[in-house]
Order: sequence, then C-alpha cells, then structure tokens
Amino acid sequence: MSAAAENAPGEARVIPIESAPSWTSPDRPGLADRLADAVGVALSGQLGPATTRVFGKGWEGRAADGLAFLRRRITGDYEVDEFGFDRELTEEVLLSLLRPLAEKYFRIEVRGIENIPAEGGALIVANHSGTVPLDALMTQVAIHDHHPHHRHLRMLAADLVFVLPGVNELARKAGHTLACNEDAQALLERGEVVGVWPEGFKGIGKPFAERYKLQRFGRGGFVSSALRARVPIVPCSIVGAEETYPMIGNVKTLARLLGLPYVPITPTFPWLGPLGVLPLPTKWTIQFGEPIATDGYPSEAADDPMLVFDLADEVRETIQHTLYKLLMQRRSVFF
Amino acid sequence: MHTVGVVVLVTGVARHLGARFAAEVRRRPGVDLVVGVDVQPPRLPVEEPDGPAAEYRFQQLDLRRPAVSRVIAEHRVDTVVHLSVSATGLGSTNRSAVKESNVIGTMQLLGACQKAPGVRRLVVKSTTGVYGSAPRDPAVFTERIQPKNPPGGGFAKDAAEVEGYVRGFARRRPDVAVTVLRFANIVGPGADTPLSEYFALPVLPTVLGYDPRLQFVHEDDAVAVLCRAAGEAEPGTANTGTFNVAGEGVLLLSQCARRLGRPTLPLLLPAVSWMAGLARQTRLVDVSPEQLRLLTHGRVVDTTRLREIFGYRPAFTTPEAFADFAAAQGSGLLPPERLAAVTDRLAALLGPERAPAADARTALTDRPRRPRS
Repeated sequence: MSAAAENAPGEARVIPIESAPSWTSPDRPGLADRLADAVGVALSGQLGPATTRVFGKGWEGRAADGLAFLRRRITGDYEVDEFGFDRELTEEVLLSLLRPLAEKYFRIEVRGIENIPAEGGALIVANHSGTVPLDALMTQVAIHDHHPHHRHLRMLAADLVFVLPGVNELARKAGHTLACNEDAQALLERGEVVGVWPEGFKGIGKPFAERYKLQRFGRGGFVSSALRARVPIVPCSIVGAEETYPMIGNVKTLARLLGLPYVPITPTFPWLGPLGVLPLPTKWTIQFGEPIATDGYPSEAADDPMLVFDLADEVRETIQHTLYKLLMQRRSVFF
Repeated sequence: MHTVGVVVLVTGVARHLGARFAAEVRRRPGVDLVVGVDVQPPRLPVEEPDGPAAEYRFQQLDLRRPAVSRVIAEHRVDTVVHLSVSATGLGSTNRSAVKESNVIGTMQLLGACQKAPGVRRLVVKSTTGVYGSAPRDPAVFTERIQPKNPPGGGFAKDAAEVEGYVRGFARRRPDVAVTVLRFANIVGPGADTPLSEYFALPVLPTVLGYDPRLQFVHEDDAVAVLCRAAGEAEPGTANTGTFNVAGEGVLLLSQCARRLGRPTLPLLLPAVSWMAGLARQTRLVDVSPEQLRLLTHGRVVDTTRLREIFGYRPAFTTPEAFADFAAAQGSGLLPPERLAAVTDRLAALLGPERAPAADARTALTDRPRRPRS
C-alpha cells in the first residue's frame, strides 16, 4: 500500500476511545490486549531487525498509515458521496490494484492531460472497445495519476453494471453511476469530471474486423447534459484497447440465455480456459483532445435536436480523426 | 386568517412522531387548539408543556369512518396534519388492514376536508419509498423524477396512492395550501421505524454483492419540518408543494453496521428473501419486501428543494442522525471503540510519534508501553 504513505498520520480523524471497555477493565484482558501484546513481544525481540530487513527502512511509518486506514475502515469512519463514491477506498485500494495494469502491462502513454480543466465540471467522451470495459478503468487511472490535481473520473456505466451483484457495489464505490441524464447532469453540476462511452455495447462488443471504427453515438444525450451544465466536452481517443481481447466470434444463443449483450470468442477465450481471460499486453495511448466549449450557447440549446446532433457529430469526428492519426504513428501493437 | 387562532388537527398522535409533533405545535404562537385523533389512545401520557401552550384534545376515532368530518366541523379546524400513513398498523400487523387504514383513511380525511370550507392548509407525511429502489433508476432522486420501477406493493405503494389522492384534492380545492413531505428513514433515540428493528438484530444479514446507500432524517428535524409546513411560510420561502426530507450525506449499509458494531452476514438474495419471509411469518422481525429492496439497492434523494425553497437545513446530517440512533442501541458484538483500540494499540507499538492522535492516546498512558525494537 504505497499510496497510503501520502496520507500524513496527523490527518486521520479519531474517535475518542475513553469509553473503550478493554481499557477500563485491566483485570480481564480482552482479545485486543492479548493480540497487541503478542505482536509487541515479537517486534521487541528477534523479529524487529528482521522486519526492517524485509520491509526496508521506514516500514513503521507505512505500517502506522496502514493501521490508521484499517481503523477508519473497520469502524466505518469514512465518507461516501450521494452516488456512493468512496474516495478513500478508491485511492488506497482500487486504483492501487489497477495501477500496475496501466503502468506495467499496457504501458499507457497519456497525452493532452492539460485539456482536462484543473477544477469544475468537464465531460470526457471516449471510444469504447475491447470486449471488457478495461479502457474505461484505465482512463480513470490515467486521469487520476497524470492530472496535476489528481482528479477522479466519474464514469457513466451501462445498467447491466448495476444489476450484477458485486460489480454494482464496486462500481458505485469507484465513483461510477448509471448512464442517465439525471445522474450525468447532477455530477456535472457538482463540478465533477464525468466520463462517457456513448458507443456503449455497440462499441465494446464489435467484431475485431471493425476495430477503430466508431459506432453510432446513441441519441447524443451526453451533449444535452453538457449543454445544460455548461461544461466543456473533452474528446478522448484510446488506442490499444481494441487488441486486448480480439473478438472473432459471438455466441449469441448463450448471450440471450444469460441476458448478456454478447459472449465473446477470442483467439484465447474460451480455448485456454482461465488463461484466456488474460488480456493481450498491447501498448496503449490515451489522447485527450482540445475541449469543446458549451458555455457560448443559449440556455435553451440543450433542447435543440439539430445542435445536439451537430455537436455529437463534431465530437465523434474529432475522436475518429485522432484515432487514425495515432494509428499511423503506432510502430507496433505491442511496443 | 380567522379572528381566533389556528386550530390544528393531527392524525396519528398515538405514534411517537405524531405525539412529538402535537406537543411541539402547541407551543407555536398563534395556535389556539390542537386536536389529536387516532384509533388508539397514545401509549405514553401526553406531556404537559411547561411554557404557554395551546389547548389539546384527543379524540379516539377510526379514520376509515366518516366521523372525522364531524370533528373538523365541531372544532373549526383550519390546518390538517396527516401523519397516520404508516408502514405498520397499531396493534394489528395485518397488511390489508394497514393498507385500508392508510388509503381509505386518507380518502375519508380528504373527503371531510373538501366539505369543510374552513380548511386552509393540509400537510401530508409521505415517504421517499415512493421512488422505489431499483438498479435501473437514477442514483439521486429529485422530486420531479418519475421512477422507472415504482413500488409494486406494501407501504410505499400506499404512500404513492395517498399522494395521488392528495394531488386530486389539491386540484379540487386550489384555495388549500397542500404540502407533501417525503421523509427518508426517520431515526432517533425514540423513533419506532421498521428499519430500527432490523438494526437491532445481533448479526445483520445483508445481500451478497450489494452495499446500499441509505439516508436518514433525525426525528427532531422531522418534527421541525412538520411545524414549518403547518404554519405560514417565512418570507422568501414557500412551504407548499412536494419536498424530500433527509439529512445531508449518505451512509452505506456496511458503514451503518460497523458504526453500530454489528457484524454482517452476507447471503445470496434468495436466501435473504427466504429468511425475511420466515421472520415475518414467525413475527420475529418485520422486514417487508420493499425494505429488503431498500437494503439491496438503496435509495438517495436530493434535498436541494428542502434547503433552498422550503428554507430548512436539517440540523442532523445522515451520519449524525444515525449516530444518535446508534447511541441509544445496545453495543454490538464488535463495538467500534474496541476495534479502534486494537489498531491504536498496534500503532502505539510502533512508537509514540506513530500513534494516531494525542486524544486517543490519553487512555493508554496508565499502561506500560512496550519498548520499540
């Protein structure tokens, strides 16, 4: 938990524990006391120097931060926002788990991060690909790690995400919410960076032969939300995600049976079993384009279907052109 | 305004919230008489306020019968506060009887109000349950959102039907100021809401793979909002219309369990439904299907209208309201203080400068500290 070290120990909020029963009854040592004593004896004995050798210098500081984190988690002393976003869990755990995938595995190159404003709302619109929505998660890591203000991307996800047990819980805690106008506008008006993948399942579940060809952009609802909230639209082009799981077939019958939008067949899945779940280690580029301002339009512009379609087309064209440009520059899929 | 002061009719005074509201509204200036009605006399004796207070009369009557019409005419009631729409019946837990009392009772009351030209103001207690709980609905409900999956039954459906009749009444009597208050789960040291029964369990069964967002409103805030709605609007605010009432902020069910010190038992949804059904049949705990949906998918409402138009900012946030409720509960199997003591003790072993904070360490000073490695 390397990110835990960024939190100064003094920042940890603390509940007074004067009333803690295990301290007021010294004649009956509780489990807590015995556990703590056992660890204390171990550390003051032979184990102390050994621990320093294993974990390196300054392990006490990291351990203290870890304990402060653990204390907040087990006592429920942390905050979530109205959408269920658990900032602490996202920063300390979820992003830490995704970071090696972004940095070491896909070696993501991030360009144009300065196009995301330092504060206030913005709508990131990106192309969707790769069978599994890894591209969305990688964009979240990229924005948090590369943006000077470490902004969190609040994604608008398909309703399937919120129906699945387990997935919905993680998605909400990571700051994602249902792709609907109400939620999009509420987040943008609160000044959040919102991410949307308007191609939806059409984009992520398209056959490998159609890679990097943008699909239809839905009804352009994302443009209306940006116009209402008067926030800039930042087009985002992601290269590399298409080749992580090249989809060469689709078991439509099974998909209908399971209520899923598609069941992919890739060169490795399902043939190699669990190994087939591993994405191919492609080299990624995420490029954020020039923001498209929406505050110049009158307030009723959001209800003008022609303007909404025009703007949606403009965003789509920008992403498509950038994709072609990035593909021309790419030396190889994997390097 | 009448030449005499305001006469307030309060339904549902046998319950905790109704009794507290009736006591509070008597202290309001300009209130001359408060008439409380319910099917049963209040369980607790009516507290006599120490300061100057309006006269209080209790009338035992069943709202399902037209008797309330006579009460309104007899006392020349001008403000009606309808608090008896409730998830549980008084005495009987029979669902159809509860529904009848909620829906037919409201229809009778509205019918009586319509015939009474003196009625100027109607306040109805509703619930945020009218939005339902579903994964395909927006995360935060504003008053204008029409839910995709409205509640299919139970108390929430009663409340939705009651709101429908109230809207009809508002159309027929445009001269009456109508306020509908959609309350989140009301908690407090004395509040007897169905969710408190669930939180009193030693181990909380939860639905595996779901961590619902919950909102609470403190009973003090609920009473204050009702009082504001029952009186004249203050300048710059409006107290007619529909308002969501909830404390600021959100708690996840897992957070609630940890703050209560109750371990959770995550089970698959069918297993939890089966257990809830069994508990209902054996009258052990009453967890209705709609509550189960709330404890699966959660529900959060937007309270901007309450703060900016109604002009009331709840004194208790959701976590504060829940803390007040938790303090009144017995300590659980895993009290947060004891868990915190474990980590503090471990942190103290790392050295005094690593320990979390001075105020937490004061409790440790009388115990010998282990030397550092």
